[in-house]
Amino acid sequence: MKEAFDEDAPRQRWLSLMAKAPEGRVEALLAAAGVRPAFTWLRAPEIGSTMVRGRAGGTGAPFNLGEMTVTRCSLTLETGEVGHAYVQGRRKACVEAVALVDALMQTAAADRLRTTVLEPLRDELQAAKDTRAAKAAATKVEFFTMVRGED
Amino acid sequence: MYVAVKGGERAIENAHAWLAEERRGDKSIAELGIAQIREQMKLAVDRVMAEGSLYDPDLAALAIKQARGDLIEAIFLIRAYRTTLPRFGASQPVDTGAMACDRRISATFKDLPGGQVLGPTFDYTHRLLDFKLAADGEVPKAPQRDAAAGDVPHVTDFLNREGLIEEAPQDDTDPPDLTREPLEVPADRALRLQALARADEGFTLGLAYSTQRGYARNHAFVGELRIGAVSVEMDIPELGFAIEIGEVALTECETVNQFKGSKTEPPQFTRGYGLVFGQTERKAISMALVDRALRWEELGEDDVGAPAQDAEFVLYHADNIQATGFLEHIKLPHYVDFQSELELVRKLRCEAGADQAQEAAE
Repeated sequence: MKEAFDEDAPRQRWLSLMAKAPEGRVEALLAAAGVRPAFTWLRAPEIGSTMVRGRAGGTGAPFNLGEMTVTRCSLTLETGEVGHAYVQGRRKACVEAVALVDALMQTAAADRLRTTVLEPLRDELQAAKDTRAAKAAATKVEFFTMVRGED
Repeated sequence: MYVAVKGGERAIENAHAWLAEERRGDKSIAELGIAQIREQMKLAVDRVMAEGSLYDPDLAALAIKQARGDLIEAIFLIRAYRTTLPRFGASQPVDTGAMACDRRISATFKDLPGGQVLGPTFDYTHRLLDFKLAADGEVPKAPQRDAAAGDVPHVTDFLNREGLIEEAPQDDTDPPDLTREPLEVPADRALRLQALARADEGFTLGLAYSTQRGYARNHAFVGELRIGAVSVEMDIPELGFAIEIGEVALTECETVNQFKGSKTEPPQFTRGYGLVFGQTERKAISMALVDRALRWEELGEDDVGAPAQDAEFVLYHADNIQATGFLEHIKLPHYVDFQSELELVRKLRCEAGADQAQEAAE
């Protein structure tokens, strides 16, 4: 999950990253970055659902597993850049911050936001994921065979 | 005769006020917070999300609090809330092969790439009450070890070199959705899997157990059971590409089932599949067994008349909200219905009495 925001599909990467942030985190990082441009809503924050799909047998035909709550919004900065956000859960304040970062990443403020919002968030999520993986790894069974001493 | 049914408003209001008080319980005991339920009653939250068919841990925790821990009532609340949400779209099918696994075991293959990872399991505990939990105790930190990077492959991916296991070739048919169209039989596998994913855990467990005991026995082994987080990706029309919109915890169970072959299929191992929101392994294993039993027709097996083979029986009785709605409605006032039945029985008895009197007179 080491997103490099300058490589392929950078916008896809930063939006995907922010959608997985813990509640309140994107707002806090954006506030700490001290960037708060004026904007107008293209679509005010709206709560809805997405039908999550799986595949029979993991790889076969798709089926509908169940829904998840999602919040989305779109906004435009005074300078014209458009920001979108789709985030899991019911998080109106969060999507506003995500859409603002998305729009600002298209402006001269991009470098600043990359270092103050996206990279810290990426590192935090990676650390949390690594910790969980390390706990799982500690529960891995080490089989051993008893020496039977037949020779 | 019409029986007046007005006049319950005061009683209902008072009943609900008392319900609120009873829900709170003894006020000298600290009140439960939603976050406490979400974090410490996690498996109850997972069950409510799975059977409520809506992934949102905070809402599930709220529903559990409101329902006083009655999980079917909580599932009812979630189902009702779900209907109020506009649907933004459907995700791309989740890639469980890329799951960040907390747990991943196989009962069939000891030395599988990626290993047997137990995760936070109740297995191998002694099922003795732990009175330390009754006191406030510090929890020791879980040990950690360096983890191997990369995705953990599915067991069936590398097992099938000999072609002994039935394949699940990729297919991109748009699946039917029982939340949009009423569930009707015959139901294809996609529709059955949707119904089973949200089916009552107890009902699914009972049916799965019946197959193990011999009612359409299908000799299931847990080929693989995995629990962990997967990303959810959705195409966003305004962006013109797909992004990850979040992450859900899932339990996936894949069974491999002994199969002697049939008129249409060679001898091979066949598969049953279970996929459920949250850490819900009893449900996922049950789902896989029932899925396999319901596949008898496409695999050319005989219908032995077992309940788990009967798609109509299984699918129409597996939903606990439909079931509880119909079951519990009989406790609500049926005064008029009953009055007419009463009249009928009186009339029949009266006629029977008249007949007997007639016979006696003759």
